[in-house]
Amino acid sequence: MALLNLEFEFESENTQTINPEWFHMGVTGSGDMEVMFIKKDLGGKVEAKVCTPVVGFDAVWKSMLNKFVNDTGVGNIVIEINDDNATPIVVYMRLRQALAEATAKEEK
Amino acid sequence: MEFKKVTREWDTLKKDAMERAKNAAHLVKEGKIVDAKDTVALLEAVIKPFDKVNIEGNNQKQADFLAKCLCQVDPAKIHDLHMVQSVLTLPEHLDVFEKGIAKKLDMSFSGPQAGRIAQFLQEGKLELGAIHTYLELYGRYFLDLTPRVALVAATMADREGNLFTGFSTEDTPAIVEATKFRQGIVIAQVNKIVDKLPRVDIPADWVDYVIQSPKPFYIEPLFTRDPALITDAQVLKGMMAIKGIYGEYQVESMNHGIGFDTAAIELLLPTYGEELGLKGKICKNFILNPHPTLIPAIETGWVESVHCFGGELGMEDYVAARSDIFFVGPDGSMRSNRAFSQTAGHYAIDMFIGGTLQIDPYGNSSTATANRVAGFGGAPNMGCDPKGRRHSSGAWLKCGEEYALNSELWGPVRRGKRLVVQLAETFREKLAPGFVEELDAFKLAKNANLSIEPVMIYGDDLTHIITEEGIAYLPKCRNMAERTAAIRGIAGFTEVGMKADPKETKRLRELGIIKTPQDLGIDMSRANRSMLAAKNVHDLVEWSGGLYNPPAKFRNW
Repeated sequence: MALLNLEFEFESENTQTINPEWFHMGVTGSGDMEVMFIKKDLGGKVEAKVCTPVVGFDAVWKSMLNKFVNDTGVGNIVIEINDDNATPIVVYMRLRQALAEATAKEEK
Repeated sequence: MEFKKVTREWDTLKKDAMERAKNAAHLVKEGKIVDAKDTVALLEAVIKPFDKVNIEGNNQKQADFLAKCLCQVDPAKIHDLHMVQSVLTLPEHLDVFEKGIAKKLDMSFSGPQAGRIAQFLQEGKLELGAIHTYLELYGRYFLDLTPRVALVAATMADREGNLFTGFSTEDTPAIVEATKFRQGIVIAQVNKIVDKLPRVDIPADWVDYVIQSPKPFYIEPLFTRDPALITDAQVLKGMMAIKGIYGEYQVESMNHGIGFDTAAIELLLPTYGEELGLKGKICKNFILNPHPTLIPAIETGWVESVHCFGGELGMEDYVAARSDIFFVGPDGSMRSNRAFSQTAGHYAIDMFIGGTLQIDPYGNSSTATANRVAGFGGAPNMGCDPKGRRHSSGAWLKCGEEYALNSELWGPVRRGKRLVVQLAETFREKLAPGFVEELDAFKLAKNANLSIEPVMIYGDDLTHIITEEGIAYLPKCRNMAERTAAIRGIAGFTEVGMKADPKETKRLRELGIIKTPQDLGIDMSRANRSMLAAKNVHDLVEWSGGLYNPPAKFRNW
């Protein structure tokens, strides 16, 4: 099955990034996904790359990632997602969970 | 005025039944017992063309042997039967139409045969009366759809013909009572004929023939949900439900649907519910099959009572050992009864909560798909505001007080409202949307030529929708525009949700008509499977102290 590569860019008012240079979470499996955050100076912007087998959901990916960026106020970060049919809520929850862990390490 | 009295016989039904019994007399061995090999001959002797015939079978136990035998009668002798039965599950339930033995159908639910019903309707092999709720169909058994012949299933019979239906009593009393007391004929297949029954569930006077079937009746473990398959998204919705609805309204009595969403809620009571201090305040009285996932909540003292529609394979010993909670007979085994459970589900409970496949912008909710005539079983009966209710409770009154139209429609009278809650995922597996502009029910009504759209829960009865985006508190909406905005506001990235106006959604959040997980104070990163009181079926066995004995297909350890 051909995989689809999508790329998005979001403006962000905040610049909350992660503490480590990169952070990885999850496994690409049925109905689930893996995510990687990479710290990068983008002048506050957020870059997102999605690799997915699902065709026709570009607009949903864009809206969902935009919501994540707005809700959390992340910036200066590259988000890479390898997806295997995760539903939007699963994607959103995994991103929130990954960000919580990536920023929790900062407090140590 | 002169009255003209009719001249007629007043006991033709009884005479006809005696006539039929005479035709079958040579097949009876002793008492009421007929050999399994003579079953087809028995059916040909006692059934006549155009009879209303019931084959017992709900979504659990099935009079499967009798169903199979009915397919083998000679269509030249027996044809144009009118089947009146709650569920069509087995292929034989449709084969009788294929073979020209039956013509008309009145039913409630048809899970696996739903596609064939739609096909037969189009091909003219089947005439559909109506798709009822269970209670509605049982009601019509006592009105205009009384079976002439009922083919029922029992666990055991004694030599006189008394029946023991026990744990799996389900629909048998309702069917037999309607049939027998209108001079009909009752044929029972039983797993075993014994000298002495544990207890009598159906007296022998009400039964005409008893057949020991070659194999025990088929029963489906339909209400067993493996906790290992509950997802994080379901945990999130469960936490939202417990905090935003169960706790908010202090809901004490309820029915839970069959899906994983409500299984998650059952398994969150001992953990998240406990943490919120809700024990003793919510979830006391259930109308529910013996769900294995309820075991942890029972064992931690949440639950006061459970009445069951039917049994559930493997729960027999656990239920028998908890007679303070379940309805257990003098013999020590539970008696289920779908008609009484549905009555309680309609009138007595404060909340119905379950999953659905599609919700439209008006709040109509349905599991109907375009090419399957499936029906909804008991869901519409419980998932509605019962207008005949005349007792009050805290949750019911609070929901009525919040109803924005109460003074406009009710005047000064204090009334309440049933909580009818739908759990929906904005996208399900394979990214099927949970919110649509037009329900598939409309296409089905067209395809199957139905007079009304098969809607499971009508929009005006629906009070709350829970998605991972938030809870919509629909009774607080003042009009349809506001209601639609509230639904769009929690519909995520579906076609319905994409049309949400962010400003209006924000306003509804300020009014408390929409509450997001954040508004409810729920930390999304905590929403994962570690919150569940049992992570798999083995954990449930442990919780039960070894009393729960899961069917083989759920044993993976």
